[in-house]
Amino acid sequence: MTAPLKDITPAERARSTSFYEASARTRLELLLDAGSFVELIGPEQREVSPHLKIFDLPEQFDDGIVVGHGRLSGSPVFVAAQEGRFMGGAFGEVHGAKLTGLLRAACQIGSIPVLILFDTGGVRLQEANAGELAIAEIMRAVMEARTAGVKVIGLIGGRSGCYGGGGLIAGCCSALAVSEQGRIAVSGPEVIETNRGVEEFDSRDRALVWRTMGGKHRRLLGVADVFADDNVQDFREAALELLGLAGPFGLDRLKAEQERLAGRLSRFGACADAVDVWTAEGVADAQAVPELPADQFVALANQIGRTSRDAR
Amino acid sequence: MTLDDIIASLFPDGHEVSNDRGVILGSAPLRSGGRMLLLGVADRTALGVDEAIRLSGHVLESIGRDSGPILVLVDSDSQRMSKRDELLGLNEFLAHLAKVLIHADMNGRPTIGLLYGHSAAGALLATGLATRVLVGLRGADPAVMDLPSMAKVTKLSMEALQEKAKSTPVFAPGLSNLAQMGAVHMTWSNATSLADQLAALLADMPAAQDRRDALGKERGGRLKAAEIAERVRDLALQAR
Repeated sequence: MTAPLKDITPAERARSTSFYEASARTRLELLLDAGSFVELIGPEQREVSPHLKIFDLPEQFDDGIVVGHGRLSGSPVFVAAQEGRFMGGAFGEVHGAKLTGLLRAACQIGSIPVLILFDTGGVRLQEANAGELAIAEIMRAVMEARTAGVKVIGLIGGRSGCYGGGGLIAGCCSALAVSEQGRIAVSGPEVIETNRGVEEFDSRDRALVWRTMGGKHRRLLGVADVFADDNVQDFREAALELLGLAGPFGLDRLKAEQERLAGRLSRFGACADAVDVWTAEGVADAQAVPELPADQFVALANQIGRTSRDAR
Repeated sequence: MTLDDIIASLFPDGHEVSNDRGVILGSAPLRSGGRMLLLGVADRTALGVDEAIRLSGHVLESIGRDSGPILVLVDSDSQRMSKRDELLGLNEFLAHLAKVLIHADMNGRPTIGLLYGHSAAGALLATGLATRVLVGLRGADPAVMDLPSMAKVTKLSMEALQEKAKSTPVFAPGLSNLAQMGAVHMTWSNATSLADQLAALLADMPAAQDRRDALGKERGGRLKAAEIAERVRDLALQAR
């Protein structure tokens, strides 16, 4: 017999809920303090994409993103969560504008951080121009908010990963947490294969996809600062940790990032595969990295992985 | 117009500009005094990690040393689509370039993008779309996404897409569609002096505030973005 729900604490429920499998709303509900989430322009307002009907495609009442505010360990936070199950979490006009508006409010207030739960394939092709521009506006709004003192934290572990312009927005954030499933890249595997051929990238080679774009590689490279196990509670703890670590933004950060990225190019620019990068980083048994359980991987990453702290 | 023609027309009093495998770096004197920093992507070159790091480095070296505005010239391919670029974290290199441009613009170095050829996807986000004012030169042919790829994803024929493109600017390639969206602020003529058009823009630069959503609404290309962003912002401000 299963225990009645009331006997399960929110933390236990969050611990046993896969971030990857959960919907955007479930992620937010379990990430934030219980009952604290308030959605802005929710599905009841039916602010749908004005463009999908051109393609006879179904709309969704929230256009694939949930934005609002809540509390994390008692402190107020703004949150946005993309729904990877609707059009691959892609950015369209309405979808993007909701996040832009949230970031602009955070910028004006200056002290309330923003958590972005990425789950996106990038620009929504059916409204490509509006989606691309929405991403440009979000990047600008993230940088304006950070300049005003706002911490913008990205959490990446959804089924659609964080691709295309989503990857660029992630690169603008103060800090990122990623799970093994949370791929971060600009061009997706299929896009590279379509444009450059299967010799360049075999999109059906899932092991290749994970070790080139997946969370473990991104953590070791320093693209993400914290590696989360695939459950909502781990992402909650990662968000709290990153909020404690993220410092103020300024020119020194950009200069340090220039050095960090140039250093990466000179150290790993000739590597043909992620395994070569990990070996060059000093991982004794680089071949075994993809198989390592989360706790062992975190220990390894904390020992030899790079961080982007103060350099992004 | 070729890149050489464009630079000669923009800076008739001379310039120091190099084009090394598609990476444009340099500076040029302005008629109104001072110098303009130049950078960009030429010859429809893909923007990968190697190109992006040089462009961002050029801007960072200039910050603190120079004081003039910044011009980003764009005739690029898309982002470089390769295993190596993604392995090395291309998203961070492109974001870094955009961040450096945005930071400069917010701190006394107004940025102008000049889209004079092609551009697409991540390359456009990291260059022209990261500037305060994006100018399109007549004849430029940006395509956020190309129609053949869209046909593949949407499972519609090219003919069907072209037919739909006539009634909406929201997905179709081209400068005028991006202008209607509010992404391209103005279009320059290639028949008159680019130096004159640049001087006019510099003399009347809009404020640094991002108004592209409002522009898209005024031009009828994006009817909802500005209103949705403003509503969310107002509601969120009440959360304090």
